[in-house]
Amino acid sequence: MPAVQETIEQVREIDVDKYKYGFFTDIESEKAPKGLSEEIVRFISAKKGEPEWMLEWRLEAYRRWRTMTEPAWAKLEYPKIDFEDLYYYAAPKTAVAPKSLDEVDPELLATYAKLGIPLTEQAVLAGVEGARVAVDAVFDSVSVVTTFREELSKHGIIFCSISEALREHPELVRKYLGSVVPASDNFYATLNSAVFSDGSFVYIPPGVRCPMELSTYFRINERDTGQFERTLLIADKGSYVSYLEGCTAPMRDENQLHAAVVEIVALDDAEVKYSTVQNWYPGNKEGKGGIYNFVTKRGDCRGKNSKISWTQVETGSAITWKYPSCILRGDNSRGEFYSIAVSNGHQQVDSGTKMIHLGKNTSSRIISKGIAAGVSQNTYRGLVSAHAKATGARNFTQCDSLLIGDRCGAHTVPYIEAKNSSAQFEHEATTSKISDDQMFYCTQRGLSDEQAVALIVNGFVREVLQHLPMEFMVETQKLIGISLEGSVG
Amino acid sequence: MTAYLEIKNLHVKIADEDTEILRGVDLTVNAGEVHAIMGPNGSGKSTLSYVLAGKADYEVTEGQVLFLGEDLLEMAPDERAAAGLFLAFQYPVEIPGVAFMTFLKAALNAQRKARGEAELLTPDFMRMVREKATALNVTQDMLKRPVNVGFSGGEKKRGEILQMALLEPKICVLDETDSGLDIDALRLVSEGVNALRGPERAMIVITHYQRLLDHIVPDVVHVMSAGRIVKTGGKELAHELEKSGYAAFTEAA
Repeated sequence: MPAVQETIEQVREIDVDKYKYGFFTDIESEKAPKGLSEEIVRFISAKKGEPEWMLEWRLEAYRRWRTMTEPAWAKLEYPKIDFEDLYYYAAPKTAVAPKSLDEVDPELLATYAKLGIPLTEQAVLAGVEGARVAVDAVFDSVSVVTTFREELSKHGIIFCSISEALREHPELVRKYLGSVVPASDNFYATLNSAVFSDGSFVYIPPGVRCPMELSTYFRINERDTGQFERTLLIADKGSYVSYLEGCTAPMRDENQLHAAVVEIVALDDAEVKYSTVQNWYPGNKEGKGGIYNFVTKRGDCRGKNSKISWTQVETGSAITWKYPSCILRGDNSRGEFYSIAVSNGHQQVDSGTKMIHLGKNTSSRIISKGIAAGVSQNTYRGLVSAHAKATGARNFTQCDSLLIGDRCGAHTVPYIEAKNSSAQFEHEATTSKISDDQMFYCTQRGLSDEQAVALIVNGFVREVLQHLPMEFMVETQKLIGISLEGSVG
Repeated sequence: MTAYLEIKNLHVKIADEDTEILRGVDLTVNAGEVHAIMGPNGSGKSTLSYVLAGKADYEVTEGQVLFLGEDLLEMAPDERAAAGLFLAFQYPVEIPGVAFMTFLKAALNAQRKARGEAELLTPDFMRMVREKATALNVTQDMLKRPVNVGFSGGEKKRGEILQMALLEPKICVLDETDSGLDIDALRLVSEGVNALRGPERAMIVITHYQRLLDHIVPDVVHVMSAGRIVKTGGKELAHELEKSGYAAFTEAA
């Protein structure tokens, strides 16, 4: 398999010697000064060698952001973020950009060993060894490696960093950027629009079925650095793509901000499957540190018969604020949202989806499984709406919560709006606990407490697990077990 | 030779409550023996089985239990299981979303690992399960369904015996395995249990009724009442009980 070999070799090329301090990669980086101003926005744009229109777009977003206030409606509690105390741009200084992170913190290595993941982080990117996954890795603010590019280009598929796309395919970026999540969308998306430094760009031409999984791997490394990546994925008519996104970050005492935007456009008869395994650092046992994850993800089923399916496994971050949504604009389009959100320790999750039915005979399906342990709070927040012209809209929603212990909380906040009388919306919700009887039954058969919890929880989320790409299923099952370690006993 | 199980003057109460449920139980079970424990509702039979398996809701206030010479009460439930103690539940617990087959494999491999044995390879495991499942009339479909979810009474009990057959414990505690079974199911389950009898295994069969003991013929029968074993005899004691009822023993207590 030459393509796989390509990935493996790229891993080897990576200059490992420069990573010395465990988890945190000790490389000199180039940072813009702390804080945000028009100068910083101009600096970022200039660094990227962006066209004038892009700078103007950013500046407009920046000016708008200055007039906005942070949303406060989520069930999340955290100290006010000082946006002037962050670095908005950090890039590795070396001429040859670093491409992998080999000498990792032993604790992370132990975690990966438990996950059964090959040790080179690039192999993590590639999912399972031998799997055909093309990867774009974003390290702090800069995209460092995109694999399999040649093979993809044979199919006319563009898969590169968004900076590169701005240089090589400005017309595509200009046409679609901000067309799903406008620069004015919300506080965090607007901030992202002003300062995003990199991310992935994908274009699948008409009628092409992408021959492999595409994947982006995000990592925050620098201290006090916000990561603002921007992903833009366009599936042209009749195309298909499955896309994976993975995230990690070093352990740090201070909180780090992650405010990403993902935009997906699906044209007529196109199908996009977008899967996320989010395992940002969740903070320590006392709730110190961890990533603040404020992410705007939205897909636009712009064409008829198009389909966008979100699958997310959220186990990391101190705070998760994330609502991957679908705008069902095309007639007969379909949106899906499958979610597993695990919170333990002091983690707080406020996540869900929006299904906006605009076209005729559109359908959507939401399956959300929230698992709360420790003193965590886990909220599902979702909107299903049918606009006046959305004749025949259908939705099925199922929200299940599982509580472990008696100090955590699970909450479900569904919003349903139907402005068309033909809409059929179904909502089911359950809340349950892992019972002492279940634990006793499992331990009587020889499972340890932790194995028992992992087994019961994996049973609880099975329906969603099945929607993950094969390579990620086993890994995810293990990840869920690890995330819940120490939640009983 | 060390007894498989030695219970000495065992006193137990429900945690956070004052009432004693077991009030000085003495029982010795040797390799190869099948003991039946009979008695009326509330006599402490099920409590004894739970305490042996290590359920958290109980507090041992006095006495000792030795399992193959080791202090059983110091062991966690999973350690007891790995050491070879198996409880067939009166009410097997549902675990939604976990296929019965997955559960069996997780349990067997956890025990093997705890004993320092290698995990079974999937093909070997599958062969083993299929063989044992067929004998108990456990269908492939049932193996794919979530543990005990939507199982009939008979399926649940057959599922318990299948687990017992697979885990090959040293001592089996069967808590009212006959409850909820019709005659045919009772026969099938009993055959499954009898097939597991052997010189290296001991059993404690807890039941209200003599009918189970027509199928699983015990070596020793105990009558339990108000938290004590009040009479011990041979298998004929079960027939005696069936005729005269528990009243005489309840008074004796």
